[in-house]
Amino acid sequence: MKKIFLFIFCLFIFNNSAKALVEVDITRGNLDPLPIAVSPLYVESGSVDIKQGDKIIKNVGEEISKIIEINFKRSGLFNPLKKDSFVQKPDIAHVKPRFEDWRLIKAQALVTGKVTVSEEKLRVEFRLWDVVAAKEMVALAFSTTPNNWRRVAHIISDKVYQRLTGEEGYFDTRIIYVSETGPKTQRYKKLAIMDQDGANVKYLTLGNELVLTPRFSPKNQLVTYLSYFRNLPRVYLLDIETGVQEVVGDFPGMTFAPRFSPDGEKIIMSFAKDGNSDIYTMNLKTRVVEKITDHTSIDTSPSYSPDGKYIAFNSDRSGLQQIYVMRSDGSNVKRITFGKGLYGTPVWSPRGDLIAFTKVRKGKFYIGVMRTDGSGERLLTENYYQEAPSWSPNGRVLIFYRETKADSDGKGFSAKLWSIDLTGYNERLIETETDGSDPSWSSLLSK
Amino acid sequence: MVSLTNLRKFLVVVLAGIALTACATQGKKGTNIAGDVYTGNDTVEYLATGVKDRVFFATNKSTLTTASRDTLRKQAAWMRKKSKLKFTIEGHADERGTREYNLALGERRANAVKDYLMTYGISGSRLNVISYGKERPVNSGSNPLAWSQNRRSVTVKAE
Repeated sequence: MKKIFLFIFCLFIFNNSAKALVEVDITRGNLDPLPIAVSPLYVESGSVDIKQGDKIIKNVGEEISKIIEINFKRSGLFNPLKKDSFVQKPDIAHVKPRFEDWRLIKAQALVTGKVTVSEEKLRVEFRLWDVVAAKEMVALAFSTTPNNWRRVAHIISDKVYQRLTGEEGYFDTRIIYVSETGPKTQRYKKLAIMDQDGANVKYLTLGNELVLTPRFSPKNQLVTYLSYFRNLPRVYLLDIETGVQEVVGDFPGMTFAPRFSPDGEKIIMSFAKDGNSDIYTMNLKTRVVEKITDHTSIDTSPSYSPDGKYIAFNSDRSGLQQIYVMRSDGSNVKRITFGKGLYGTPVWSPRGDLIAFTKVRKGKFYIGVMRTDGSGERLLTENYYQEAPSWSPNGRVLIFYRETKADSDGKGFSAKLWSIDLTGYNERLIETETDGSDPSWSSLLSK
Repeated sequence: MVSLTNLRKFLVVVLAGIALTACATQGKKGTNIAGDVYTGNDTVEYLATGVKDRVFFATNKSTLTTASRDTLRKQAAWMRKKSKLKFTIEGHADERGTREYNLALGERRANAVKDYLMTYGISGSRLNVISYGKERPVNSGSNPLAWSQNRRSVTVKAE
């Protein structure tokens, strides 16, 4: 009798542990990225090549797997294994992987898939396998148009990331930033948008006037930014699809530092008049303008909490730049930074739990995070000059920009986009074809 | 016991010391920064003979120094003679600060200049203000001298 009970008990243990053998902890610095094999997706016979402008994509299954691998590598959490060590062919691996083959190359997780391409449709099936437990973890299929093939890779990356970390991914997103060229004394600036992996760069303005600090609307269709069109610095709205630009409101002075409210209905920004900058909102439908702060100090860089109930902002009402939090109607203003140095560019995490900021102390610039009451200040990176962090939609990665020193002829100057994980690890240069600054991360495109 | 001659000697030494420290406030040899405000003439242009086109500021500040007020009084006197002209007052900041705050700081500096010119009888309708924050440095360098030259407010004849 006793022997039978013991046997049943062991079975239970085996079953439970088999469920959670492969998982990734993203809350601590990951010095041991998970080895993952991304098999090229099998292309169903009868599929056509994809025409994209003047390019022809011949093996979209292989191209998709390459994008997934780059996403995984750049996240710092996964170690995509080299394809030349793969034994199983993509079509068979997708149907019935021989887990011993994959374990031989030390893979702990495996991604396989199949694509079918016609003139009008791209159909994708993919599976995520737990190689250690020899089980299927995720199986999904979806369709899109052929020219969206890169997004297929990003969506698969997000699904895998989500299953293995328990958090939403951030790969199916875009980044808007300011593209910079020219001498430091006369920088030529254009709004630019790209996929988060640097592909599909598009320029949204011509560069005839100075443009600064662009931010996405929550549904990613609109961008708000500062433009010096006709030498009048004002906040504008740009429709990404149509390219149509319009000025926000009818303010008799400079408006700047704009962001959207979380519901996308308002623009919050600073308005400067007679030497004083206060925070205002404008409802995009009703055009009603509301004054939120009323102080003789500079109040700027407003950022809403994701529930829309609070606003973090930058004010020098205490004498120097500090971060404050107030209710969204402007009441209950509380200072939250008391450390030595200057604090600026507060930006509320989409998770609601943290505020990222720029800190300047003793001639050095820091990107950091703190809890929304100002406690738990953590500096993630130090540099000669860096500022303006923006959160990935899952609140796990920050993108910001850095500038380098220049001599009096301007030589040596550069502006580049960088990212870093919330853990402080995985600090990474983001390649752009020109210099770049003021990056802002979109929300997930599929939402 | 302090004799009169000793007192005289003492006074001479003290006075010489004061004269020396007055030279020392020039800062490092040739850098022309006093109290964090640029006091030199490099980058300065002229609206008219003897009328400088700009004033400079200390880090994070928009207060006008004695020298700045002197420059602006001369600007005002010249503007009163050229009653048909309008002007744009530009406000600028150095690069050692966050971009959005620097836009506001530039606006505050330009308005400090505008307000002062108005107290000398120049109508506000002749004075348009624009801030460029840190976007248009006049000196590309990454050093305290360059930064002090960039912390400025420039008066420009409007087109």
